[in-house]
Amino acid sequence: MAESQTAKEKVVGVNGNLITVQYTSRVMQNEVAYARVGDTRLKCEVIRVRGDVADLQVFESTNGLKVGDEVEFTGELLSVELGPGLLTQVYDGLQNPLKLLAEHSGFFLKRGVYLRALDRERRWHFTPCAKAGDEVRPGDRIGSVPEGIVKHYIMLPFSWHGAWRLESVASEGDYTIDDVMAVAVDEQGVKRNVTMTQFWPVKVPISDYAEKLLPERTMVTQMRTIDTFFPVAVGGTFCTPGPFGAGKTVLQHSISRYAEADVVVVAACGERAGEVVEILREYPELEDPRTGRSLMDRSIIICNTSSMPVAAREASVYTAVTLAEYYRQMGLNTLLLADSTSRWAQALREMSGRLEEIPGEESFPAYLESRISDFYERAGFVRLRTGETGSVTIGGAVSPAGGNFEEPVTQATLKVVGAFLGLSRERSDARRYPAIHPLDSWSKYKSLVDPRKLSLARGILARGSEVNQMMKVIGEEGTSIDDYIVYLKSEFLDYVFLQQNTFDPVDASTCADRQRYVFDKVCGVLDRAFAFADKDAARRWFLELRQLFLDWNYIPWQGEAFKVQEQAIDSKLAGAAAEVK
Amino acid sequence: MRKVYHKISHIAGNVITVEADGVAYNELAEVESARGVSLAQVIRLDGRKVSLQVFAGSRGISTKDQVRFLGHEMQVSGSLDLLGRVFNGRGVPRDGRPDVDTELVEIGAPSVNPAKRIIPRNMIRTNIPMIDLFNTLVESQKLPIFSVAGEPYNELLARIALQAEVDVIVLGGMGMKYDDYLIFRRTLDERGALSRTVMFIHTAADPVVECLMVPDLSLAVAEAYALRGKRVLCLLTDMTNFSDALKEIAITMEQIPSNRGYPGDLYSQLASRYEKAVDFDGAGSITILAVTTMPGDDVTHPVPDNTGYITEGQFYLRNGRIEPFGSLSRLKQQVNGKTRSDHRAIMDAMIRLYAEYKSTLEKQSMGFKMSAWDNKLLKYGSRFEAEMMSLAVNIPLEAGLDLGWKILADCFDKTEIGVKTDLLDRYWPGN
Repeated sequence: MAESQTAKEKVVGVNGNLITVQYTSRVMQNEVAYARVGDTRLKCEVIRVRGDVADLQVFESTNGLKVGDEVEFTGELLSVELGPGLLTQVYDGLQNPLKLLAEHSGFFLKRGVYLRALDRERRWHFTPCAKAGDEVRPGDRIGSVPEGIVKHYIMLPFSWHGAWRLESVASEGDYTIDDVMAVAVDEQGVKRNVTMTQFWPVKVPISDYAEKLLPERTMVTQMRTIDTFFPVAVGGTFCTPGPFGAGKTVLQHSISRYAEADVVVVAACGERAGEVVEILREYPELEDPRTGRSLMDRSIIICNTSSMPVAAREASVYTAVTLAEYYRQMGLNTLLLADSTSRWAQALREMSGRLEEIPGEESFPAYLESRISDFYERAGFVRLRTGETGSVTIGGAVSPAGGNFEEPVTQATLKVVGAFLGLSRERSDARRYPAIHPLDSWSKYKSLVDPRKLSLARGILARGSEVNQMMKVIGEEGTSIDDYIVYLKSEFLDYVFLQQNTFDPVDASTCADRQRYVFDKVCGVLDRAFAFADKDAARRWFLELRQLFLDWNYIPWQGEAFKVQEQAIDSKLAGAAAEVK
Repeated sequence: MRKVYHKISHIAGNVITVEADGVAYNELAEVESARGVSLAQVIRLDGRKVSLQVFAGSRGISTKDQVRFLGHEMQVSGSLDLLGRVFNGRGVPRDGRPDVDTELVEIGAPSVNPAKRIIPRNMIRTNIPMIDLFNTLVESQKLPIFSVAGEPYNELLARIALQAEVDVIVLGGMGMKYDDYLIFRRTLDERGALSRTVMFIHTAADPVVECLMVPDLSLAVAEAYALRGKRVLCLLTDMTNFSDALKEIAITMEQIPSNRGYPGDLYSQLASRYEKAVDFDGAGSITILAVTTMPGDDVTHPVPDNTGYITEGQFYLRNGRIEPFGSLSRLKQQVNGKTRSDHRAIMDAMIRLYAEYKSTLEKQSMGFKMSAWDNKLLKYGSRFEAEMMSLAVNIPLEAGLDLGWKILADCFDKTEIGVKTDLLDRYWPGN
């Protein structure tokens, strides 16, 4: 990278992770600087300039920092390094590789230790796709290397400007990421080397594509409630707000495992370390059924858990989305799961408080909404200049204070997402998982199933819930048998289709075909007129049918056992015809 | 010898401001006043102005008093000599025995690298069915007991501590009633557990700043022991008092409050303590059981609310029972698949039916006619409450599961409980 001036300035104040620095030369908003405590350098970012002092947020504990300590300014924005080797990595919010850090400093995250994000030694097999003399623009492909399951394109850095001509391109062979893959010259005759890596400032979207398209294709997550009732589109956005204990994280983990995406970036932002550990330890062992390789091969994990420094938490979601955008540029469908965006918003609030800004609602800063929409707008289904398509799909968990969806973070999020999967305490208390509320949630995207059947099922759910409410007031004996059957149908649909057991190896994921097939069968029950002798007979019959369907859900798709169970269901249904008066 | 400063320019609440040079953020100082010497900690630097929170409170401090900076941060001994000892919120012995100042470690050390943690895998048996069966406690878990004043939460804490198989118990008491402290000590003593216990006790009468130090001291000691390979259970009671102490200091420092006067960083502050719970890859573990009293029994109050988002579940203690609704152990899935094949099914089925019982109870109270199904639920609910929920029940997990099947079989038909057929074939009594 171009060497810019590194000015050295002095600390004049410390307040938690906010330091005030008196500067003499030039400072830039969001510039990265390093504060020195003895031999340790603490990374910081400029977040405000007032007169001759600048306020910097420090990405580490500021313990031991003194007035008069030196601060080095770098002249660069907070950036991440992009290149082959990102997949399978586990980073903190500033792209420090955690496994290497563990080898380096042991059990604890020693502050001030920053390691390079990518392996400098590893050799990659480069195949050029451009040749000397070609005219190229930033983002154009020079060649590719195989990175696990992905064809990883080496591109002219996005941060360069204008038209370039390739003077030379490396021939096919094995290279490290720092080797020169091409030499490019711009119109002024400036020569620069292209390596396999490049830097990009995290808070700026990579917008090097031809056009943004409407996200219309359903992204299969293999969760029945989502794909059938509240679908998510490839390149769309969704949020999963819910009170604690409603199963946000289990839901996110499940989506990250089974969703049909090429690359999954998981941003564990300000949440429990234990949850990340589950991913870290389990994903390498789990097989991705789409590729037959380990799940880790398609994953990047950014983890800035709740006890790690707050300012780095703020950066972590940007780091994650930048990596997702980078892989999108290779024509891949990427999925970013952020858990939880509320912690990120709280990080903004903490800094805003320290800056003594005028607080907005619940002391969140006034710019909360615009930051949230900027973040979700980085999702999208795009047509690249090569004609291929690629996408970034963003799913954010929201942890509303007190489980109240009226709070600012949830409300600001709802304005910008395409699907709202609201988790309810009521459902999780009743152990109805996933606790996505079937009446409150909504989605603007296209479902896997026939819309007419879907509206039939939705109608049953809504009427069933009304009958249930009514029964609480007028009692079961005051309810007509027809209404009661509607209620039983809605409960049946809930138990056998909406509820899904994440911890069962078969039921945890339901492929698109199976969802359509089972949903048709369920709709057959919902659509049918029944006549039972009395309510107890109706209840008993539905409970028995439910048992058959539940067992069916636990049987692998399309096997012999699957057919046998289906026959049992069919004869149960045929038997009901005999009970009809 | 470090320089002594005399110019205290500002005294408010427990915070004083002194003009000084070369002071480090978070460093300790000694303030000498007519009332004696108190420790203080640097909490803000602004040019030459240094703000400190005074542990013993600012009462009696004059503008001409001496402030001497010590050049280091708060430390505590990580030595095994601490076992059987009682200290206060400054780490000073309150049992009249000599100070321990060997093997000092800094408190509030950095966070554990997630890559060096392992997935929790050992169940902690408590012989309380509401815990073992329904919300299993797991080694290295962090779990609060949500309760209101007057509930027997400290007794529950002591019972779990005594029955759990751990090497060391570290008790951090914040704003504790002196009586409660004495009861704790007596209970541990009677059961012979005092010699493997370290206590840091801040009583309700002690200065509020000392309350802030208790979790950090307790967890620093727990961490030092865990690194020696010990399995440590850390009990913290009551974290609401700790949060209130944070609020007091934040308001004194004129920070903008976020929710009901609590500082905006309440979540991060609580998280940095709770996240000390860990199972080290190649060393011991720390399990944290805390008490969070809910003012007005309101779970949406900022302290329980933020806590719930940090911890790996919670136990609701209400009317002397652990409530099945809302109570949750997030780590139970790590262990309850390995106990007995019917564990998960029994757990889910019993709670689901208990939820139905609750709604039947509502219907009954409104005077509706009870159907045959309702009557089954009523029978089930009362047996569940008497034989499972009561804290008097003290049985191992396996006996609890058998009891569960028995209750279900006494109340329902096989098809009514929504359990997979192969489990029914195996465990349904009378098969």
